[in-house]
Amino acid sequence: MQKVVVAMQDPDIGIKMRNQRLLITVIPHAMTGQDIITWLTQKYNISEEEALHLGGMLLRYGYVYPLKEPRCLILQPDESPYRFQTPYFWTSTRWPASELDYAIYLAKKNIRKQGELMEYERERYSLLHKRINHTWDFVVMQAREQLRASKQRRKADRIVLACQEQAYWLINRPPPGVQSVLDMGLERPSSHSVQAALSSDFYKREIEASRQALGRNRVKSSVCLEGFLKYSEQYQNHDPIMQGCLPSNPWISDDTAYWTMNSEVVPVPTRLRVESWSFSFVKLLSDPMGRREFMTYLEKEFSAENLCFWQACEDIRHGESSRIVEKVEDVYENFLAPGAARWVNIDSKTMAKTLEGMKCPHRFVLDDAQMHIYFLMKKDSYPRYLKSDLYKSLLSKAVLPQESKKSVFPFMRRQRHSSPSPAQAVAPATDDDDGRAGSNAAV
Amino acid sequence: MCDQTFLAATFGPCDNCSKASPLMNIYLKNEPINYCSFCVEMMACQGLQKGETLTSLKKESETLKKKLEEERGKLTDVELHQVAEKVEAVAALSIKTRRVLKGHGNKVLCMDWCKDKRRLVSSSQDGKVIVWDGFTLNKEHGVTLPCTWVMACAYAPSGCAVACGGLDNKCSVVPLSLDRTENLAAKKKSVAMHTNYVSGCSFTNSDMQLLTSSGDGTCALWDVESGQLLQSFHGHTADVLSLDLAPSETGNTFVSGGCDMKANVWDMRSGQNIQSFESHESDINCVKYYPSGDAFASASDDATCRFYDLRADREVAVYQKDSIIFGASSVDFSLSGRLLFAGYNDYTINVWDVLKGNRVSVLFGHENRISRLRVSPDGTALCSASWDNTLRIWA
Repeated sequence: MQKVVVAMQDPDIGIKMRNQRLLITVIPHAMTGQDIITWLTQKYNISEEEALHLGGMLLRYGYVYPLKEPRCLILQPDESPYRFQTPYFWTSTRWPASELDYAIYLAKKNIRKQGELMEYERERYSLLHKRINHTWDFVVMQAREQLRASKQRRKADRIVLACQEQAYWLINRPPPGVQSVLDMGLERPSSHSVQAALSSDFYKREIEASRQALGRNRVKSSVCLEGFLKYSEQYQNHDPIMQGCLPSNPWISDDTAYWTMNSEVVPVPTRLRVESWSFSFVKLLSDPMGRREFMTYLEKEFSAENLCFWQACEDIRHGESSRIVEKVEDVYENFLAPGAARWVNIDSKTMAKTLEGMKCPHRFVLDDAQMHIYFLMKKDSYPRYLKSDLYKSLLSKAVLPQESKKSVFPFMRRQRHSSPSPAQAVAPATDDDDGRAGSNAAV
Repeated sequence: MCDQTFLAATFGPCDNCSKASPLMNIYLKNEPINYCSFCVEMMACQGLQKGETLTSLKKESETLKKKLEEERGKLTDVELHQVAEKVEAVAALSIKTRRVLKGHGNKVLCMDWCKDKRRLVSSSQDGKVIVWDGFTLNKEHGVTLPCTWVMACAYAPSGCAVACGGLDNKCSVVPLSLDRTENLAAKKKSVAMHTNYVSGCSFTNSDMQLLTSSGDGTCALWDVESGQLLQSFHGHTADVLSLDLAPSETGNTFVSGGCDMKANVWDMRSGQNIQSFESHESDINCVKYYPSGDAFASASDDATCRFYDLRADREVAVYQKDSIIFGASSVDFSLSGRLLFAGYNDYTINVWDVLKGNRVSVLFGHENRISRLRVSPDGTALCSASWDNTLRIWA
């Protein structure tokens, strides 16, 4: 429970921060806002801003309350005094704040100083009065009793108790317009049903899973971790958030040149883009332009049918269920049948398995064959492509964008233009929108 | 004079639960067993074999798990932060809010980017799903669903549809059309049907298949066209809160995380649970693959984010700090995988260095907890959705 952890902090802080400050009456065990921030900064090795934020959270969740302006639950990084909330009132106890308690509290306030209730409090008071009218005598009597008991305390204690209660109710019954910090979102029903976990079936499954996991092949950590280093290093220049992008990050400069330069159909691709094709085969295939270039290369090598086959298989795997049978037949006709126009070279074992599977075609029937061809391309055609003149010349012609000059008037925002929506237009957009000049063409 | 009793009634500690109670003498495979009547009933219902008590099963399970940890430890010859010592530290980042998308009237629960790198879809507690052009701040489409708490939304790869679901236990696909006069809600098509709320959804590599995770503890793969269930994935013992598809070459697996503190990796073809990781101490709110597909990160209510390596089959890093005491609700990697952005319930976003394990930066700005974080497809920006009714785009 996050809140418990929040609470845990307090005893720690409490030990360190017991200085006394003066209010009009002397309030013991108080601390200033600045103290809280300094302590947090030191203990957790965080910045002032973060300490302010964290301290603010403590306040918002009711573990610390202010003494001077009790209504305002914001941490002021100055001399304003604060105190720790008594554990009785901690949010982590999750005691439901009942209407009866709230009614007593409001009644006390009402009696104590007439008209001290705020507008929303007065409304709620009368609402409660109507709702629990039958216990109203009890409410008023309790309020009176509590007030009488408190009169016998020292003034300092009285102020402290009043502030404590006030802070507690500010959190449990927030004023209108203020978000309730106790809002946890949806309850997760299953998290409470622990008994479901303890059946024998559950343990049997766990045992089975553990046995399976024990049989796994694992790779040495050093090898795996080096892999991450290598990947991050390779892509570091391509990461706009880390290294920035040329000519400029569209979100920062409002200039969409970066997107235009990297769009799917562009006469000259950027250098980074072409470079990335050499990182991995999957990167090359996932870029439509890369795929087209590779296809061109394969055509020169008379092995284009491999890529076509692979694309057809992908189409089956991800396409509509209803067209699977038809597509599989197509693929057979074009690629697998003996004497087919674009026959692909698959080893006999895989071919036999595939043909067998094709008797009842399903989405994954061509998976083995597709995998075979994929690795064939990856091991053979792909490395040769990267060494080919086609690729090298593209790389040399690729454009390296200049960093866009900062505009002379940096505060003037460039006009942001819409782009054509990928959504298909149902009817040709004629007089639909103003402000979207000529950009409603279907893609 | 009473009848001779053939059943000797004994009283003593039960063999199974060790409670002192009247025992039933029963025989299993010719062996006498002294169980109290409750345990006998339990055994009969659960189909236990003799000697297979609940405690013994539990012990066996725990021993196996310990053995698994040992096996994993054998190949742990080095830790991530040690390997990362030779890498340069991340330069100071200056990430600021570049756009604030206002328009939802209630908590924004989920968002997803479109492949065109600037559009995004977001859904909120009041049932509204809005498609925005993040760059111009235009709202392009809006659908109102009849249910509240739309916790999952996803943009189709083609950009022509969005999927959304939540408390209605369904996930529906809404085709987007540019015809302003058309009522998008009318064209909504129910695809997924669960027995509890839908917590996450994602299209696989095409518009035709939808993967969903649900509060009923299962994930499911659906055919969008027909609404047919293609595969279901059972194994979680509590609500599944998040899922992510693997960006690997073969593209056949996905990872899911749930309230049972486990993150499971599944094979989409067979429905089998391939790998399982159990090291979090509380509900896992979000899982996301590393860009290379060899690892994934998870965010949990225990205020930590963890990094799991799939080939080494273990957790390799924990991202935590004493001053972070609120649960993490969402994670995503930057394009190179070097940075991990994590949104927390204390309204902040922490940026972690994945390799070195330290925190690089904190982003303040939201006024309520972050529900979802996503880096744009080309890595130029980060979008965060929050309970303060807004979305922010950072760059």
